[in-house]
Amino acid sequence: MTCDEAEVMLHALIDDELDAGHARDVEAHAATCQRCAAQLAAYRDLQHAMQRNNLRYAAPASLRRSIDRAVPSTVTTSRRTLLKGFAIGSLASAVAASGLTLLVVREDQDKRILGEAVSAHLRSLQADHLSDVLSSDQHTVKPWFNGRIDLAPPVIDLTAQGFTLIGGRLDFIDGKPVAAIVYRRREHVINLFVAQGVEIPVTSPRLERVHGFNVRRWTDQGLNFLAISDLNRDELEEFATKFERAARPAGAT
Amino acid sequence: MAYEAGVDRDKAERFRLAALPYLDDVYTLARYLLRNNADAEDAAQECYLRAFRHFETFRGGPIKPWLLAILRNVCRAEYARRGMLAGTLSDNFDETECATTGLWSEAPSPETETLQRLDGETVQQLIAQLPQAFSEVIVLREINDLSYREIADVTGVPVGTVMSRLARGRALLRAAWLAEEKG
Repeated sequence: MTCDEAEVMLHALIDDELDAGHARDVEAHAATCQRCAAQLAAYRDLQHAMQRNNLRYAAPASLRRSIDRAVPSTVTTSRRTLLKGFAIGSLASAVAASGLTLLVVREDQDKRILGEAVSAHLRSLQADHLSDVLSSDQHTVKPWFNGRIDLAPPVIDLTAQGFTLIGGRLDFIDGKPVAAIVYRRREHVINLFVAQGVEIPVTSPRLERVHGFNVRRWTDQGLNFLAISDLNRDELEEFATKFERAARPAGAT
Repeated sequence: MAYEAGVDRDKAERFRLAALPYLDDVYTLARYLLRNNADAEDAAQECYLRAFRHFETFRGGPIKPWLLAILRNVCRAEYARRGMLAGTLSDNFDETECATTGLWSEAPSPETETLQRLDGETVQQLIAQLPQAFSEVIVLREINDLSYREIADVTGVPVGTVMSRLARGRALLRAAWLAEEKG
């Protein structure tokens, strides 16, 4: 292998794009060529240096929301329908803010929140998105939310009950920040979203199925809870029941 | 009529589930290519609307490269609108031009320097300032985590070209990084 070839191939090597035979060729060349060895080291160093930084940009919540709203109304595909989508969106917020219960709007919003919960859950399952604070210690996870969000979510260690606390992170549902507490049972991840002020109107606890995921929602002490997982119904119900029981102050029934 | 509406809703739901998890990837590439938040948001939104409109033409497989290819087309239209220099994002980018204008930096010296830590924002700027043909392959590879084959599909060039652009792009980025360290 010549230096000219190696100069390009070494990138494929550090990107894991070479088969074993070619990888050996490049490494063998670098072993005998100081210049190419230096390049290989330099670009590995560059790659590591880049990986130390988060170089992604997070899409603003408002963008996510407007795409989410625009999608079902783009059937006729025009700028106009997009604007109409926005108008309906702000009507929904206005109605919600005024405290009026307009059944249609509520159902609409309910669907959107469930949809966003599913999206947030799916996002969290991608590499490195699951938690910002990684700890099985409730006394580490709970204070992490201080100053990051306007509420103190109950963080409860349910390891003894078979649900391992993994950590927590900040997420967005309906454009508002929510606390996400992450648990695991076997291979199944449970995202527990806790929100205040986000309209998750629930009168009594209910379990529903959305896009193949089970969702359990309840309200407790002014906070709205939404647990979502690919775990089966019974076990998600068990999770919610145990969480609710543990969240209640001692002595209360 | 009701039936059709149902089908559309179903399509919308499938699209949401498949495509929305990649919004950060789409936005990130848009942000690097267009270099400001407002244009990146517009481009990402346009990308998703187009993707939804053409969702029937998506033939399975990973959806991320498909979305990024659409995004790239949206960005190219934006370049055309801005009347930017021809060739910045074109497929027949003349790579010899870089060699002759000295952009193709010297190979690192044998006594390799280790890169010092820079803050993320500075690194983002260094990448965005590279000629577009190079910054896009770097972003697609290092940040969007695409394979060479997928990058070739997104950018519409052969894999060999992806490799040589990546090699040059990294050389430029490393040189810019070292220059930044030295202030």
